[in-house]
Amino acid sequence: MAQFHVLAVDDSVIDRMLIERLLKTSSFHVTVVDSGTKALKFLGLVEDEVRNEKPHSIAAETDQVVEVNLIITDYCMPGMTGYDLLRKIKESNSLKDIPVVIMSSENVPSRINRCLEEGAEEFFLKPVQQSDVNKLKPHLLKTKVKNEDDLINNKRRIHNNAIPLKN
Amino acid sequence: MYSVAQLVEYTSSLFQQGFLDDQFNQLQLLQDESNPNFVVEVVTLFFEDAEKLLNQLEKEIGQENNIDFKRVDALVHQLKGSSSSIGAQRVQRVCIAFKNYCEEKNVEGCFKSLQDIKQEYTLVKTKFETLFKMEQQIFAAGGSAPR
Repeated sequence: MAQFHVLAVDDSVIDRMLIERLLKTSSFHVTVVDSGTKALKFLGLVEDEVRNEKPHSIAAETDQVVEVNLIITDYCMPGMTGYDLLRKIKESNSLKDIPVVIMSSENVPSRINRCLEEGAEEFFLKPVQQSDVNKLKPHLLKTKVKNEDDLINNKRRIHNNAIPLKN
Repeated sequence: MYSVAQLVEYTSSLFQQGFLDDQFNQLQLLQDESNPNFVVEVVTLFFEDAEKLLNQLEKEIGQENNIDFKRVDALVHQLKGSSSSIGAQRVQRVCIAFKNYCEEKNVEGCFKSLQDIKQEYTLVKTKFETLFKMEQQIFAAGGSAPR
């Protein structure tokens, strides 16, 4: 089984080092970036593209260069906050199924609820610890099963309708 | 030449005096054979980051009656976060007080907090440096620091 790939986003250099180490001890493959903008770039989504995006197609799935299984992001970041990033991901047809986890140093119930309502799977209070990271695997496995089901269903549709795949 | 017992005692005292909290234990748990210098690396990063922030804070507070409280709060927020992430409890606590003064737009409070933060930072830096020196000596002599 291939490793799960987690994208971590945090503007703090210390917190980036910490989260990377935490994730690696859980055997995740990790990419760390320091801003929401860089995260979207890494995910293959740039500002304009989000607005003009075409609906999800089978061809797009086969074209996908980077596969990210989970995104974990800090809430308080200059420019694009973790919440803004969460929204952009959930608004994107190609990215909305990727589970997103928010981290924050502040325990603000309204903030937590806002994030959960927008589709975040979990909200971790900083400093993030091993026990928090241990909660991630179930979310990843759930998505993996869903993706495999989608893949099977898509293959079945292709076979039935003989839609040619883009090369 | 330091003994393991001295190292244990010294580390213990740092916890007792509130210089370090449990988060420092969490850092040590992340260190292993594949990442043998993790703690030193993170703490060194913290020193670099903190010193940059303290310099910027000096400049901002130096504006005296023209302090940009939002900017100061943002800087202190960063220092609060990083000190919390490495378990530097006393630094974190002063940051919290500092943030409250910012919210109140209390100039005198900000002045005092800046002094307190500089003091606590200098203290904890010295403590860490001593701790790492002890560990290094023991390691070089063929021992291993207890975890």
